[in-house]
Amino acid sequence: MSKERTRVLVVDDEEIVRESLSGWLAKDGYTLDAAPDGPTALDKLSRERWSILLVDLKMPGMNGLQVLETVKKIQPDVAVVIMTAYATVETAVEAMKMGAYDYLVKPFDPEELSLMMVKIVAQQQLVRENVLLRKVLKRDYHFRDMISKSPAMQRVFDLARSAARSQSTVLILGESGTGKELLARATHAESPRHSGPFVAVSCAALTETLLESELFGHEKGSFTGAVNRRKGKFESAHGGTLFLDEIGDISPKLQLDLLRVLEERKFCRVGGSEPVEVDVRIIAATNRDLRKASETGQFRDDLYYRLNVIPITLPPLRERLEDVPLLVEHFLEHLNLEMSHRIEEVSAGALSALMRYHWPGNVRELRNVLERGMVVAKGSLIMAEDLGLDAGAPRQAPVDVTLSLDEVEHRHIAAVLHHGGGNVTQAARTLGIDRVTLYNKIKKYGLRRVEEHNEEAK
Amino acid sequence: MNAGVHIWWLGADAPDDRLLDTVRRAIQSAFGVTVRVDRQPDRPAHAFDPRRGQHSSTEILKWLVGRSRAGARTLAITDVDLFIPVLTFVYGEAQLGGAAAVVSTARLAIPTEPDPDGVLFDSRVIKESVHELGHSFGLIHCDSRACVMARSVNLIEVDAKHSSLCADCEARYRALHQKDDHHE
Repeated sequence: MSKERTRVLVVDDEEIVRESLSGWLAKDGYTLDAAPDGPTALDKLSRERWSILLVDLKMPGMNGLQVLETVKKIQPDVAVVIMTAYATVETAVEAMKMGAYDYLVKPFDPEELSLMMVKIVAQQQLVRENVLLRKVLKRDYHFRDMISKSPAMQRVFDLARSAARSQSTVLILGESGTGKELLARATHAESPRHSGPFVAVSCAALTETLLESELFGHEKGSFTGAVNRRKGKFESAHGGTLFLDEIGDISPKLQLDLLRVLEERKFCRVGGSEPVEVDVRIIAATNRDLRKASETGQFRDDLYYRLNVIPITLPPLRERLEDVPLLVEHFLEHLNLEMSHRIEEVSAGALSALMRYHWPGNVRELRNVLERGMVVAKGSLIMAEDLGLDAGAPRQAPVDVTLSLDEVEHRHIAAVLHHGGGNVTQAARTLGIDRVTLYNKIKKYGLRRVEEHNEEAK
Repeated sequence: MNAGVHIWWLGADAPDDRLLDTVRRAIQSAFGVTVRVDRQPDRPAHAFDPRRGQHSSTEILKWLVGRSRAGARTLAITDVDLFIPVLTFVYGEAQLGGAAAVVSTARLAIPTEPDPDGVLFDSRVIKESVHELGHSFGLIHCDSRACVMARSVNLIEVDAKHSSLCADCEARYRALHQKDDHHE
């Protein structure tokens, strides 16, 4: 069957050669065509896909090696066989160096030609099967935009798929950068609510008052600046999913308000008294140990139990390092498209460095490191030194006595953010300040974007 | 109109009538058509390439087509060595779905094992004759090594296959042949 799909183009200026070779190969069931010169062959090549090209070395105008050189640029996977009546070692070496599959001296031994054709077809079949298998494998490793082959993550995907079919509240636990929002989006996309909205709120990014208004909306005039009635995220998510990120960081008052909504499925807008009913599926996420927080009284235990219906814990990247090569391939594909780059792969040394690193910022940090590598890389390969990874122990930076306190703070925050893959909650915890303060400082120093974190951290 | 198959001896030596008759019966049995052995005194002398010391099978096919009866197929059997321009030799050649086929006994006669009664040699000539005529009936090479339509590039491969069509090629032949009959 593969022979019918094998398209062979014979390129030779001698009609008798074109005819006899085409005739001989046609009886094997290959699809055949012939071209009397290089330009005609290249024209055919630019219009259609070919599997094998049998090209005469000596042709007037464009010779076989020139055809070979151009073919390798247009369709690099085509097997090009150079045919010649006058064999010289030099031209054979030259042809093979330029990527020819083989070099045959006319007239060929029928056995030699037959074996070569069988070998090429078998190899091309293997390549096709390999590509197909990789696609199938990758499809099996996917859960929407998430990709993993680790057994722990496969269990996460299975659980999320089952959870998606229910209406129950899902609590996603995991370190920063493990993909909690991606999992929430995937769960929504797999659920019967997929045609409804997916609304995400980061509970740590706002003050208590602002978050309350953000979640429940407000009536006109309910507070200074509330010039119009505004719908909250709960109402916006009606018929869909509301994703409450960093739920472990909300104030006791909001914990109580949220508990009521979860119990009664209705709430009042800020400054209003009319209850609003909503049909919303809640997916909450946190990188905190909510059980511990509920035991120590930092988080309402009744809310914890309300949220902890289907808990899903995302493992950190350091516990599934086998995913690093797969994720690297996945991110390179995406970043190549986003950045219009053509980075083929990471070098063996770079991959080894990526496998050794402890990934405190998890998958998000891996993506950022690869993005940096793509920008810095000089060729089509990302080398270990392009990644800017410091796999060893943290070095003690020398103190720069010329800096002002503001400059030191600026640099330190940027470095902490970079280390955590840009995650604000984690950075706030490291710095020992609350998130709102950190957001204010990020704004003050203009550190909002991850790329800027990278720049600042240098 | 299907006028059957005509076998012509185009060799340098005198014809071996017993061999030609054996081939005739084998072809008749394989394809279910009328097969006749005809005398052909002319020879395509121009097909000889003095540089290579071989005969061009392609030139012989052209010569056969010019002399064949309308609707009939002609199988030439010769004892001269054959070639096509890109290959060192061929055991035979046929026009795919055409009127002419040629088989050479020159390399089939090379002994690879004791063959005192010529049984092995006869079977080789039969296989290559059925094979080339199969092409003229529109059949291409078969992936089954045992089928007579398998590509053979050495004597080991010729000896390894049967002299008959496999079930798949038989079905393909019937399909093509029925279509022919239908058109006629």
